[in-house]
Amino acid sequence: MRPSAVRLLNILVPVKRTVDYAVKIRVNPDQKGVDLNVKHSMNPFDEIAVEEAVRLREKLKGEVKSIKVVTIGPPKASETLRTALAMGADSAIHIEVPDSAPAPEPLSVAKALRAVIQKEKDNGGVDLVIMGKQAIDDDAGQTGQMLAGLMDWAQATFASKLVVDPKAKVADVTREIDGGLEEIKCRLPLVLTTDLRLNEPRYASLPNIMKAKKKPIQKLTPADLEVDLTPRLETLKVTEPPKRVGGGKVESVDELITKLKEAGITPVKS
Amino acid sequence: MFSRQLARRVVLRAPRRWSHTPAGLAGLNSVTEEDLAHFAKILPSSSILSTLSPSPTSSSELEPFNNDWMNKYHGKSTTVLKPRTTREVSEIVKWCNQRKIGIVPQGGNTGLVGGGVPIKDELILSLANMTKIRSFDDVSGILVADAGCILQSLSDYLTPHDHVVPLDLGSKGSCQIGGNVSTNAGGLRLLRYGSLHGSVLGLEVVLPDGTVLDQLTSLRKDNTGYDLKQLFIGAEGTLGIVTGVSILAAPAPHASNNVMLALPKFENVQPLYKEVKRQLSEILSAFEFMDRTVYDLAVKHGQGRALNPQDIDGAECFVLVETSGSNRDHDEQKLNSLLESLMDTEEPLINTGVLATSPAQFSALWAIREGLTEAVSKEGKVYKYDISVPRNKFQEVVDKTREHLRSKDLLHEDAVKYVVGYGHVGDGNLHLNVIAAAYTPEIEAALEPFVYELVASYKGSISAEHGIGMMKTHALQYSKSPTSIEWMKRIKALFDPNGIMNPGKVLP
Ligand SMILES: Cc1cc2nc3c(=O)[nH]c(=O)nc-3n(C[C@H](O)[C@H](O)[C@H](O)COP(=O)(O)OP(=O)(O)OC[C@H]3O[C@@H](n4cnc5c(N)ncnc54)[C@H](O)[C@@H]3O)c2cc1C
Repeated sequence: MRPSAVRLLNILVPVKRTVDYAVKIRVNPDQKGVDLNVKHSMNPFDEIAVEEAVRLREKLKGEVKSIKVVTIGPPKASETLRTALAMGADSAIHIEVPDSAPAPEPLSVAKALRAVIQKEKDNGGVDLVIMGKQAIDDDAGQTGQMLAGLMDWAQATFASKLVVDPKAKVADVTREIDGGLEEIKCRLPLVLTTDLRLNEPRYASLPNIMKAKKKPIQKLTPADLEVDLTPRLETLKVTEPPKRVGGGKVESVDELITKLKEAGITPVKS
Repeated sequence: MFSRQLARRVVLRAPRRWSHTPAGLAGLNSVTEEDLAHFAKILPSSSILSTLSPSPTSSSELEPFNNDWMNKYHGKSTTVLKPRTTREVSEIVKWCNQRKIGIVPQGGNTGLVGGGVPIKDELILSLANMTKIRSFDDVSGILVADAGCILQSLSDYLTPHDHVVPLDLGSKGSCQIGGNVSTNAGGLRLLRYGSLHGSVLGLEVVLPDGTVLDQLTSLRKDNTGYDLKQLFIGAEGTLGIVTGVSILAAPAPHASNNVMLALPKFENVQPLYKEVKRQLSEILSAFEFMDRTVYDLAVKHGQGRALNPQDIDGAECFVLVETSGSNRDHDEQKLNSLLESLMDTEEPLINTGVLATSPAQFSALWAIREGLTEAVSKEGKVYKYDISVPRNKFQEVVDKTREHLRSKDLLHEDAVKYVVGYGHVGDGNLHLNVIAAAYTPEIEAALEPFVYELVASYKGSISAEHGIGMMKTHALQYSKSPTSIEWMKRIKALFDPNGIMNPGKVLP
């Protein structure tokens, strides 16, 4: 009998360009959104996802055939793709929408990703999707689960450890859950969403940034994928959280006790 | 062997060590209980810390004031006063002048030359309670603040007003603006905004007789005779106590980028600086050098986030380049084409590098550079030489010092562990740090006057930015002519005939 050919892994990593997490968010005067004219970078959880894909290749060497990143976003989102390519992804897909387009919602993003995966069949298909557990701008935290549902694939969310066995086509995943960790075994194809502790993303080095400039980015439109990204929700109002009222200083212990009593805090007899 | 060593030490000591009463402290009195009774009339009890007062402070509470940041210099003061207003400062000083009590003005006590701690038991006057911001004008950018304001808090205050303080130091969380002015601190933004001699517009100073010299103008231009405030910038508290500062804040840059570059050899630093300056011109805001050893120490002691180890194999030194400007796209384009041209040549000046792609990475790269001072002090006891030498001699100075220590058989685990160099290339300022297992007379004798003579041989400065303090008074002669020193002494005598202000510091 001929030995069965070793299955080579194709990894897809969806990434999103978001307002950088260090930027102080300001609500627009019309209270319909926030000021987007600020520093943007790759959603931190997506950075972890790219890093994990690159580490998988470093571990499995030739068994990882391709790492493809994909984003839905305005023209500038291509910078985010370049960053991912500089970190070690091989190629990219940019589903471009105009600057003025409203941000797509999780379900339509999941549908667009499903369309991408279907299109990838010609290139050997997708075996593993690694994506952030949430994007820090809308904090929706739903896309991975929806995609797994639409594809009817296994899902492993909030991963803090991933071990893949390409021959057996299984992955062992450690998940962060309330009060501890959960270890699960999944069959590929799999949708994995990353948690903070999965890894620490690398810096993109200059030689790799230069190389990334020559890597291919395929441009698509939502129409090419036959998906409709129009939001179904209407934003009524965006407001800042109430301002914190500063504390006061007391001169003495007695004054502190008086103040505490005034506030209705009474001693407990033990 | 023994006698030779002894002879050497005697010779070295004669001109620079005091026997019992250090030079400058002769004729000064210690603080007494009567003095405290007087201070209690000027200040509330919460502003007085003293082992002599009726409800004495324990001497351990005075330790942070008596010992310097490096824990190298140890004073024995009994009393720390923390006035809240210029008036209180003035009254304390007036009394001390009458009573001939030495005063050490103290800011954040982050100075690195022992200037802010007493030599003996001088009174410590801490500015820590003077923390009011007096005014800020966001049209002119002029900020007027009490001397005790911590640099970081001024920076935080200015952020919402879209301005920045024109200086930035690794010690910003503790040092005070009055201390910065008094040491003429340089730091990480000097390349961009120039020295405090330019950005300080006015000062309020309590003179050694208690008079308040109010020069807190908010004018950018004022040519009306001698510019007295300049004397106090860098005077290290020897001419008076700075109580208020008027300083020109700069508009906050709207786009900042940085990149850490790994270089195969030191010789590339100078051509790299030229190329970076040529291509980035007005947006270049910092160009900081560190050698491989000090970089590795920073990584070892957890400062910032290191570059990928396999990428920087064989790198001999690193350079951190920062740009600040007002248009992000323009700046990024310039930086990118610089990096492209650096990588895309036959013999690149750099091996590799990292370009920060987010504010978090930006801070992580700066944290390596800003953490060097802390990292070396965690590694051992550090002899710090902060010198100005020609840019292309940085490595030579470090190597010569290391070789000299080796020739004295002092380069091993139990004596000197590392000799490292880092600094502000843009300003020609090298921090030469000798990291030892302990401070010992042998090491000191091997380093001084060796280092000072070395610096003098390059016509450099023995103190580029940290000042003279008590560490380098004896070495002033290597950078200043006898005539200069003579006139500095005359100025000191004119302002402070009783010699009460930071006695024993700066002047030999
Ligand atoms: C981690 C670290 C990084 C540093 N980086 C730099 C750097 O990049 N560049 C640089 O130049 N320095 C640097 N320094 C040295 C130091 O932070 C500066 O010299 C700083 O300006 C000192 O301010 P301070 O408030 O701590 O002053 P102190 O240490 O309290 O005092 C310093 C001197 O000024 C006098 N003085 C203080 N306040 C007054 C006042 N109100 N009136 C009169 N005299 C006064 C003191 O008597 C003393 O002589 C660094 C120090 C550390 C610990």
